[in-house]
Amino acid sequence: MQDLGIRVLFMGNNLVRLLGGLWVTIEISLLSVIFSIILGILLGLVMTLKNPITRCITKVYLEFIRIMPQLVLLFLVYFGATKTFGIQLSGQVSAVIVFTLWGTAEMGDLVRGALISIPKHQYESGAALGLESGQIYRYIIIPQTLRRLIPLAINLTTRMIKTTSLIVLIGVVEVLKVAQQIIEANRYTVPDSALWIYGAVFFLYFLACWPISLLASRLEKKWKN
Amino acid sequence: MGEYAHLYVEAAKLTLTLGVIGIIFSLGIGLACSLIQYYKIPFLKRIVSVYIELSRNTPLLVQLFFLYFGLPKIGVMISSEGCAIIGLSFLGGSYMAEAFRSGLEAIEESQMESGLAIGLSHSQVMRYVIFPQALSISVPALCANVIFLIKETSVFSAVALADLMYVAKDLIGLYYQTDEALLMLVIAYLILLLPISLAAAWLERRLRYAGFGN
Repeated sequence: MQDLGIRVLFMGNNLVRLLGGLWVTIEISLLSVIFSIILGILLGLVMTLKNPITRCITKVYLEFIRIMPQLVLLFLVYFGATKTFGIQLSGQVSAVIVFTLWGTAEMGDLVRGALISIPKHQYESGAALGLESGQIYRYIIIPQTLRRLIPLAINLTTRMIKTTSLIVLIGVVEVLKVAQQIIEANRYTVPDSALWIYGAVFFLYFLACWPISLLASRLEKKWKN
Repeated sequence: MGEYAHLYVEAAKLTLTLGVIGIIFSLGIGLACSLIQYYKIPFLKRIVSVYIELSRNTPLLVQLFFLYFGLPKIGVMISSEGCAIIGLSFLGGSYMAEAFRSGLEAIEESQMESGLAIGLSHSQVMRYVIFPQALSISVPALCANVIFLIKETSVFSAVALADLMYVAKDLIGLYYQTDEALLMLVIAYLILLLPISLAAAWLERRLRYAGFGN
C-alpha cells in the first residue's frame, strides 16, 4: 500500500499503452493543425478583403466558433450529424472536423492580424523600388508576415493538443481513456493506482506541450525585430 | 422540449457561478504571480514560473481527473464543485498572470523614474502611474481569458457536475431528442457568452482612448 500503485505504471506495457494513447491525441492535433494552417491562411486572406459580404460571413463564422466551447462543437458534430443527416462519423473524424473548424478560425484571425500589421509603406517602398506586385509579396510582405505568424502557429499546436483531451468525452480511446482502463484493470489488486496514473497523464501532456511552447516563445523573442 | 428549459437555466446558473468564482480566484492568483515576477522575489519567482509552465501546458480535463479521481487516494477528498473551482483557478491563474505581466512589462522604466523624480513614493508610483497604464494594456488579454475560462467550464460534466453539457447529454440519452437538446445547448452558451464577448469588445474600444500617445 505504501507505493500507492506507482508499480502499476511500470507493470507490463502500461506505460507504452499510455504513450500510445497520447499519440492518438497528438495525431489528431497534428492533422487538424495542418488542415487549419492551410485553410486558415486562405481565410485570413479572405478576411482582409474589403468586400462587405465576405466580411460579414467570416465575422459570423469567427464569432460563433470562438464563442462556442470546443466540447459543444464536438457534440454538435458527433451527435448532431448522426441524428440530423444520418452520417455516421467516428469520434476521430468528428474530432478532426471540429478542431479544423476551430483551428481555421483561430489561424485565420492570426493571419489577418499579421497581414494588417505590415505597414502600408512597406508595399509603397517596394513599388517605389520598382518591384512588381508579385515580387513585393515574395520578398517583402511574406517573409515579414511569416516571422510574426510562425510562433503563433506553433502556439496554436499546443492549444490544439491540450484541447484534444476533450475527445475522451465523445468516446475516442486516447490517453485518459487508456488511463481509466489501466486503473480499472488493477482495481482489485492495486485500488489506489489512480493518483499515479492520472499524475502520469498530467506529466505526459506537459512533456508533449512544454517543448513546443518553449520553441514558440524562443522564436517569438528571436524574431521580434 | 420547452418543459426542459428550466434544466438548462439551472445548469447555466451552475456554470456561471463556478465560472465566476473560478475567474475571481484566477485574477487573484494571476495578480499575485505577476507581482512576484515583476519584483523578482528570489525563491517565489522560481515557483511561480514552474507553476505557470505546468498549468499552461496541461489541459483542464486532465487536471480535473487528477484532482477528482487521483487525490482521494492519498486521503484528499474534494467535492465536485471544489475540484471544478480549484481546477479552473489553477488553469486560469497562469493565464491571468501572463496577461498582467505583459501589461506591467509594457510600461517603460522611465515612467517609474519620472514618478520618483517628481517626489512620489514607490507605492504611489505603482498605484497612480504604473497600474492604471498596465491594466489598460492588459484588458484585452484579461477579457479573452474570461471568455476562455467560461468556455473551459464545459468540461465540468466529467467530474459529475450537472452543467450545461451534462444536461444536454442527459436529455439525449433519455429522450433521444438530439437536435433539440443540442440546439438548446448552443443557445444557452450563446446567451451566456455573446454578451460577455460584446462587452469585452466595447471595453477594448473604450480603453484604447486611455492609451497615451497612440
